Amino acid sequence: MLAGGTDLIPQLRQGDKLADLLIDITGIKELQLIHEQEDWICIGAAVTHAAVAAHPLICKEVRALAEGCAHVGSPQIRNMATLAGNVINARPAADGAIPLTALAAEINIVSPAGARWVPIEDTYRGVGLSHIDPSCEIAKAVRFKKPGSRAMTGFFRMAKRKALTLPIINGAVYILWDQSFTKIEKARIALGPVADRPFHPKRAERLLENGDLTPELILEVARQAAEEASPRTNIVRGSDLYRKEMIRIYLARTLHSLRAG
Amino acid sequence: MAALIKISFTLNGAHREIWTRADRLLVDLLREDLGLTGTKKGCEQGECGACTVIMNGEAVLSCLMPAQKAEGAEILTVEGMADTKGLHVLQESFLKEGAVQCGYCTPGMLLSAKALLDKNPQPDSAEVARAISGNLCRCTGYASIIRAVKKAAEKKSNE
Repeated sequence: MLAGGTDLIPQLRQGDKLADLLIDITGIKELQLIHEQEDWICIGAAVTHAAVAAHPLICKEVRALAEGCAHVGSPQIRNMATLAGNVINARPAADGAIPLTALAAEINIVSPAGARWVPIEDTYRGVGLSHIDPSCEIAKAVRFKKPGSRAMTGFFRMAKRKALTLPIINGAVYILWDQSFTKIEKARIALGPVADRPFHPKRAERLLENGDLTPELILEVARQAAEEASPRTNIVRGSDLYRKEMIRIYLARTLHSLRAG
Repeated sequence: MAALIKISFTLNGAHREIWTRADRLLVDLLREDLGLTGTKKGCEQGECGACTVIMNGEAVLSCLMPAQKAEGAEILTVEGMADTKGLHVLQESFLKEGAVQCGYCTPGMLLSAKALLDKNPQPDSAEVARAISGNLCRCTGYASIIRAVKKAAEKKSNE
């Protein structure tokens, strides 16, 4: 199955993957839509990163996802590559999949056995490896609960240049306030690339829940998240210690910016 | 040997029908089958932008694009920018501002810049830089290219 092709074509050229037949799904109208369905936002599997980043509903409701998609590759790549493909390519640093992880997104997979919604986190099998099998399955859409007026999302990314570069670290935050906007009811943090897949620092998320975004709590949460993450020392991305420290700083900044509204 | 397929599309304003290999990439269809060598092959992995063309109004990479995706599409290459009256305003501006040195990135740059101006006729420098961020140039240092795009936008708006 072929969508944007920006990952598959180089893989075919290098012989990493083989295919006798490619089926392009991007012409299917139903897969080109971004729409609201009850309290979900649903993004078709042929929707490109550029379309997600420019969509009024996404820009208004889910800023983290719009920002993440605006950082994938280059303008030309964003005009071709799809958000669903960003999940299926299963890279832990994927700027589209990281916010989707913070949003607890699901992906609709259709196989001869039928269609099912699967949490995107359950599709990862390892670096670059997905449980979704493009030889016999199609992803139709990704969806997540519409964040609504009590929710906030944030995205961060640190890279050597402003454009056309993979992140040294990236991350997304989702926060749902209680009815009175005094306590955090639900918090999710996704970090990359600090594991073989988008990573939740679970203890840091629990620290946020039932708390408020006080400067003290932000410090504590950011420190805890950096402790839980396990980035590797990498000649391109820097040392593990440096990258942990950058997670602490960038996550704290993002939480501060959410606090400021 | 891959099967042959027929692709119908609009190229630089003219309807084309062409038989080609099913596994052809768009860049090879343009360069090898149609002899339009203005579209350059650089990295062949989607990083340098030299192969940029405009497809249905969007800048895309022809080196990552199976030729079959062109079916029914409207495609513009650098050969389609000038018309009988002369060069496109962007091309003239690139010449005037010294935005062309070795020239290898120029066709891709021009098409990324055109895709920008078609949507945003008065971009600021940051918007121009962002629009050409997927086009690598190892000669100019980009300043002259950004200047050329902005001057072309000014000239277009005064016309």
